[in-house]
Parts: sequence; structure tokens; C-alpha cells
Amino acid sequence: MKKFLLLITVIFVVITVTTCAEKKDDTVTLLTHDSFWISEGVFEEFTQQTGVKVEVQMAGDTGQLLASAILTSSNPSADVIFGIDNTFLQRALNADIFAVYESPSLSKVSEEIQLDTQHRVTPIDFGDVCINYWIDSFSSDLPPPKNLDDLIDSKYSGQLVVQNPETSSPGLAFFLATIAEYGDDWELWWAALRDNDVTVTSGWEDAYEVEFVAGGGEHPLVVSYASSPPAEVIYAETPIDSPPTGVLTDTCFRQIEFAGVVNGTKNQEAAENLIDFMLSNTFQQDIPNSMLMFPASNEAELPATFAEFAEVVEDPYMLDPEVIERNRNNWTERWTQIVLR
Amino acid sequence: MNPQKRFVWAFLFFLPVLFVGVFFYWPLLKIFSHALDGERINEFWSYLSSKPFRQIAWFTIWQAFLSTFCTMMLALPAAYLVARFSFPGKKLFQALTTIPFVLPTVVAAGAFMALFQRFGLDQGMFRLHHTVWALLLAHIFFNLAIVVRTVGSFWAGLDPRVEEQAKILGAAPWHIFRKITLPRLVPALAAAASVVFVFCLTSFGIVLLLGGPTRATIETEIWRQAVWRGDISVASVLAVIQLGAVMVMVLIMNFLQKRQAVVESKVELNPERASRKLLVGNILLLGILVGLPIVILVERAIGVGDGYSFQNFSAMADRISLVPLSSLAALKNSLLFAVVAAVLAALLGGVASFFVVHGNRWLSNFLDFGMMLPLGVSAVVLGFGMLISLDTPPLDLRSSWILVPIAHALLGIPFVMRTVIPTLRRIDPSLRESASLLGASPSKVTKYIDFPIAFRALGVGAAFAFAISIGEFGATSFLPRSPDRLTAPLVLFRLLGAPGEALRGQAMALAVTLMVITAATVILIEGSVFKRETIRSDF
Repeated sequence: MKKFLLLITVIFVVITVTTCAEKKDDTVTLLTHDSFWISEGVFEEFTQQTGVKVEVQMAGDTGQLLASAILTSSNPSADVIFGIDNTFLQRALNADIFAVYESPSLSKVSEEIQLDTQHRVTPIDFGDVCINYWIDSFSSDLPPPKNLDDLIDSKYSGQLVVQNPETSSPGLAFFLATIAEYGDDWELWWAALRDNDVTVTSGWEDAYEVEFVAGGGEHPLVVSYASSPPAEVIYAETPIDSPPTGVLTDTCFRQIEFAGVVNGTKNQEAAENLIDFMLSNTFQQDIPNSMLMFPASNEAELPATFAEFAEVVEDPYMLDPEVIERNRNNWTERWTQIVLR
Repeated sequence: MNPQKRFVWAFLFFLPVLFVGVFFYWPLLKIFSHALDGERINEFWSYLSSKPFRQIAWFTIWQAFLSTFCTMMLALPAAYLVARFSFPGKKLFQALTTIPFVLPTVVAAGAFMALFQRFGLDQGMFRLHHTVWALLLAHIFFNLAIVVRTVGSFWAGLDPRVEEQAKILGAAPWHIFRKITLPRLVPALAAAASVVFVFCLTSFGIVLLLGGPTRATIETEIWRQAVWRGDISVASVLAVIQLGAVMVMVLIMNFLQKRQAVVESKVELNPERASRKLLVGNILLLGILVGLPIVILVERAIGVGDGYSFQNFSAMADRISLVPLSSLAALKNSLLFAVVAAVLAALLGGVASFFVVHGNRWLSNFLDFGMMLPLGVSAVVLGFGMLISLDTPPLDLRSSWILVPIAHALLGIPFVMRTVIPTLRRIDPSLRESASLLGASPSKVTKYIDFPIAFRALGVGAAFAFAISIGEFGATSFLPRSPDRLTAPLVLFRLLGAPGEALRGQAMALAVTLMVITAATVILIEGSVFKRETIRSDF
């Protein structure tokens, strides 16, 4: 019995000691979402330049990331936060979790995506949420739809899968695209879409991997990303020359992801250096293959598969983050009434 | 009571209390006190009395009741089979029933949806997809193992001679079951039902994926409020309500479990061979419920193009550019976490069970109740609670990997206790008394009587804790983590989160590997436990 008790005590002491290692000064902590990744060796270059190591912490999806960042704002665990997008941006700014930092590298970034004029956040990458279609499901008799108007045409009845904007990030982005297009008339459009037998799922996974043809389902139209077709090529099981899916470029909403120095960090200088580094070519050119997004920097070159198959969306829908945050809960509540009830 | 003994008792009591106190109650209190803002009480109240919320609450409760009832009904025949009969491949059968348990909900939901498509149940008159029925089926699929295992192992220890005598006296089989077997099974049934109920009440992924976007439970509503609307306050109010419901349920079940103290001496069992009818019926039932979705998963894992190949498996060692880890590395993490979680759960749960059975009555009620609640708390709220409470040295665990196995152990402890307590209670007091009379010291009694008998239950509980940990997704996804410590279910979710057949194929291969590892571990743990028991029992 005594041996048993001793064993337990020893185990606890060992666990306590091993987990309470002190945080070192020569690291900068980057808090981000689960879709973040960058190739091995990229941050090592940062360490070589500055002598500071980067420790990455992941906190779930963008919503979780923001919620944890706000909750811990009085005792932040991170120095830099990356991954808040324009649909969540205003909520983050309202919560005052970012400190002002204007990176000199911003000159490489188009003004269009620099949404915060006070430079509390810096744009790092962007992507477009668009409707994808399964090429083989359409023909000259039934060409794929062109724009949002076409989707409520009875020709495309029962073909589209969208995600619930209350539980899915692309779902919300697509919903915002329809608001940007139709203004206050968005309710009519969604009512018509419901009559046209739209399928709604909770998240991207069950829409694309289950309901969409690519995942074995029967729907040839799905809300996904402009970068999905190149991903279909890169991650094909047996090599293919061209993607089986295409993008409806007139249905896109632009998502921009930002990084910011955490308000109250003890590592201000290292945090600022990390933001600069995230706009360097080393980091920016790794973004497409690691995160399926487009680099924010104009100087970054795209990898071959991306350059070839990713649709460049000329004039995507956008909405002011402040307008999004102010109306969002009312909008999605109305949407639920119209589409789900 | 001599001081040394008193110290041992205090230790037995405080060790598990300290653990759940620091890692469960403290974070929970912290988040509640942070979020529950008295000034918003009117707002909370109008939300709670709104129609949408009442619908959510009602749906949450009735689906949990129905799911539990169906699971119990369908699992009893299998529990009977496992408890009373021997048949070839019994261990394998038992291990296979545990598999659903480790499947991350995304994967299981995917398997069900593929199944519906295959049998034309995804649309038309017999549509199951995005209905309550799909949700029920999945809940049964996931929770069957809990009932088969906990009730089965308890049932096996009941003296079958009572039934045999009734049979000789001419009682009808149904009568025997109702009047003799069922009443004696109540403690195990209550224990299993309470766990299943709590699981169904707080079910998250299944509701979102299979129930479709129109169905919400309190748990999914907590998530929507906290993560999507950024309203931690409303989320916390909901979490308190959910916790209240769970507490009521646990209290009722604890009462039922104790009211029926079944005391029996363990007899040497010579299990009969199972009749063909029983065996075939069981295998058919479980084959459809548990087997079919699994077969679909395996098929998806080895299906490449138009043929079959193991390329998805061999690719698991390579890192995919979107994911920080190779699937193999993630599996290693998961294994490590699961071992730590299972050891923690077995030690703490074992100690707590011993105290609950032999310790001070009031304190033991308190302990029994308090260790059960982690099962019923919203993962979102607990995750956020840990974030704001374990944030100062020496307990700044926010970036530590140990937080994951600790959270898993919190979920595993109730399982260990649910299997160990009924077994310890069943040990015949006269056995312990005679040992004392013959001069055995209390520690000897514990060592030679309680331990060997409880050991098997502890093994079953530890296997459960292992299985829970290795497949856990909900709580893990709300804890901060470093990229090189991602678990297999997290990597699996990431793989399913981007387009491309190879990613999907590898996700399925990873799911199948998880299943195989779990089944193998369960067989291994229980195998060694069984062997050990036979060695010990002939002392």
C-alpha cells in the first residue's frame, strides 16, 4: 500500500516538474488557428536573422482563436496573433487586443486589403470564398451557372450546397457576398434559393466531403474556395493534369487574414520583427502550398500549380468589417428564419 | 483509527479531489465568475424564456432519453452473451464493440452518411440523413460499448445458480429475467445508463453533422454563442443549465445504484457455450449497427481510384504540406497522451472508487458525485476556463502538452469509477471479515481480496479511458496546442478540411489505424488482466 501511494506521489511530482518549465525570453509566441502552417525551415530563417525562436500555438478555428485571445487579453500568452479575418476583424478591434504597429513592409501590400487605417493589424494573406462546380456534371446543354442570379434559376434546382453562416466561416463569407450584391433584398434571394431546394450543412467538411460530388455526394455546386481546384490537383490520389472542379468567379467574397502585435506583450520588438518577417518573400511564398491562400505581398511569386489552376478573382465582393460586426447577429438570425425554419 | 491509517484515508480522498479541483472545478468557477454578469440578468432571462431556447432544451432532453433507452435495449442481448457464454472469438467480439468509441465524430458521421447514400436513405421517403433518426442511430453506435462492457462485466460476476434454481423450479425464462436477473442488474444498468445519458445530452459533433443545421442541442448552442457570436456570458448561462441537468441525472442514478446493494460471492464460472440462435442474432444486430459503418470506413481507406490499394496507409509516414505533422507522428502523440490519460484515470479513479466504497459515507457520496461531473460539462466552456485559470506559474499550462491528457483523464475517471465501484461493492463482506478474523491486516485484506477482484474492473476502466483519449476530439479542440503535439483526431479533421482525394483517403486510413490500435490495446490490456486474475485467484 505504501509503495502504491509513493508511486502516485512520484508520478505527480514528475508531471508537475516537467510541465512547469519557465518560458524563455528568446522566444516569440505566435497564436493562430488550426489551418495555419508554414514549411519547416521558414521560421528558422527568422531565428537566424534575429536570434529569436518562434513558438506556434494553435487555438482551434478562427472563432475559437478570437474568443481565446479576448479571454486572455489581461494576461496574454502570445506576442503575435495571426488568423483573424475581415469577418471577425471588427470584433477583435473592439476588444482592443492589438497594439499599433505599422510595418515598413506594408509598401508591398495593396492598399485595398489594408482594412485597418490605424495599423493595429497587418494583412498577411487573402483568399476568395466562391462557388465551386463539378465540371463533368455540366455540359453545353446545361452550362454551369455564372452568377448569384443564376443560382435561383429552376435549371439549377437542388444542385447547390451552402454552409450555415452561423456555424461556418465559408458559409458566413458566402452569405456576406449575397448581402453585398443584393443589399436589403438579400432576404428575397435566399427565400428563392430555399424554394430552389438548396442544401444547408453545418460546416465546410460535410458540404464538400459528403454532399458535393468530389466527396461522393450528388450535388455539383458547393460553397468552397477559389484555391480548391489547385488543391484537387496537388492532393489527387492518382496524378491528374487538370482539376475536376471549377470556380464561379462572379460569386466570390474576399477573405483577408491579418496578423497583429498583442496589446500588452513583453516582447514588443520581437513581435514587430515577426510581423515584418511574415511579409517577407520567404514567408509569403510559402503561404499558397501550406495554407491554400494567396500572399498579401505583391512581390511574392506563386508556385506553379497555383499559378496555373487558381482562378484570379478580379472583382470580389467585400463588406466593411464594421458593417459586418454591427449587423451580423441580426442578419444571421433573419437568415435562420428564412432558410431553416 | 491510528494516525497512519488516517493519513492513508486522507490521501485516498484528497488525491482525486485535488486533481478534479485544480483541473476541473477551479477553471469552471473562474470562467463562470468571469462571464456571468449580474447586470445582464434580464437579458439572460428573456433569452431563456424565448421560444428558440425552449425548443433547444426540449430537443436536447428528449433525444438524450430516447437515445439512452434505445442503446440500453439493443445492448442488453450482447451484454448477456458476453456475460454468460463462451464462444470462439469472444475477446475479439468484445474488442470490436469498443471500436466505435474511438472514432472521432467527424469520421463516424461520414461513415453514416456514406451508408445512407449506399442504401438510398439519404433522400426520399425513407430519408435518414439530417433527421433525428440518424442522430439516434449514431448515438447507439457510439454508446453501445459502454453498456455491453459495464453491464457485461458486472453480469458475469452474478451467481448464475440463482437463475438455474428458478429454472429447475419451473419458472419461465422471461419471468426469471424480470424477477431475478433484472433487479440484480440495476446497479450496473443505472451506472451505464447515466453515462450514456450524459454523453447523449452533451453530444456535439453528431448533432451538428448528422442532425443537420436545423437541429440544435444545448451543447451546440453553447458553442455557437461562445465561438460564433462571441458571447461567453450566454454560453456560460447555458453551461450552468446543462450542468444542472447532468447533476440531477447523476444524483438519480447514484441513488438507484446504491439502493440495490448486490452482494455475492464470486463463483467459479463454467460458461456454457452460446446457443446458435443467440449468437447469430447478436452478431446480426451488432453487425448492422456497428459493423456496417466500420466496413464502409475500411472500404474508403483502401479504395484508390477504381481499385483497392494500401497507398493511403503507406503515405501516412509522409507529412502533407498543409498539416504540421505526418499522420504517423500524430498517432505517436495520441498514443502517448492516451497512455498518460489512462494511467492517470486508472490511478485516480481506482483510488477514488476505493474511498467511495470503503470510506466515510458522506465524503464518499460527495466524491462519487463530484468525479462524475466532468463528463457532463461543455467542452467549450471547460476549455476556455482552463485558458483563464491555469495561466500563472507554477501552473501556467496554457502551452503545455500535459493539459490534453489531463482533460482526457477527467473524462476517463468516471468510466474507471463506474466499472470499479459496482465490482468492489459486490465483494462479499464476509470474505473480508473472515480474512480479518484469520488475522489479516486491513492492508492485507485490501491487497489480497479487493485488489485482485477489482483489478479486472480497473483494467476494463483503463481500457475505456485509453479509448476515450485516443479518439477524443471535442475537448482537445478547445485546448491550446503546439503544432508538433497535434493528436491524430485533430490531424484527421485537418485532412478532411481541405479538398483533394489523397487527403480524404489518408484521413480514412488514419481512422482505420486508430480503430485497429484501440481494438488491439483493449485486447492486450484485458488479456493481461484476465491472466493476472487467474494467477491471483488460486493463492
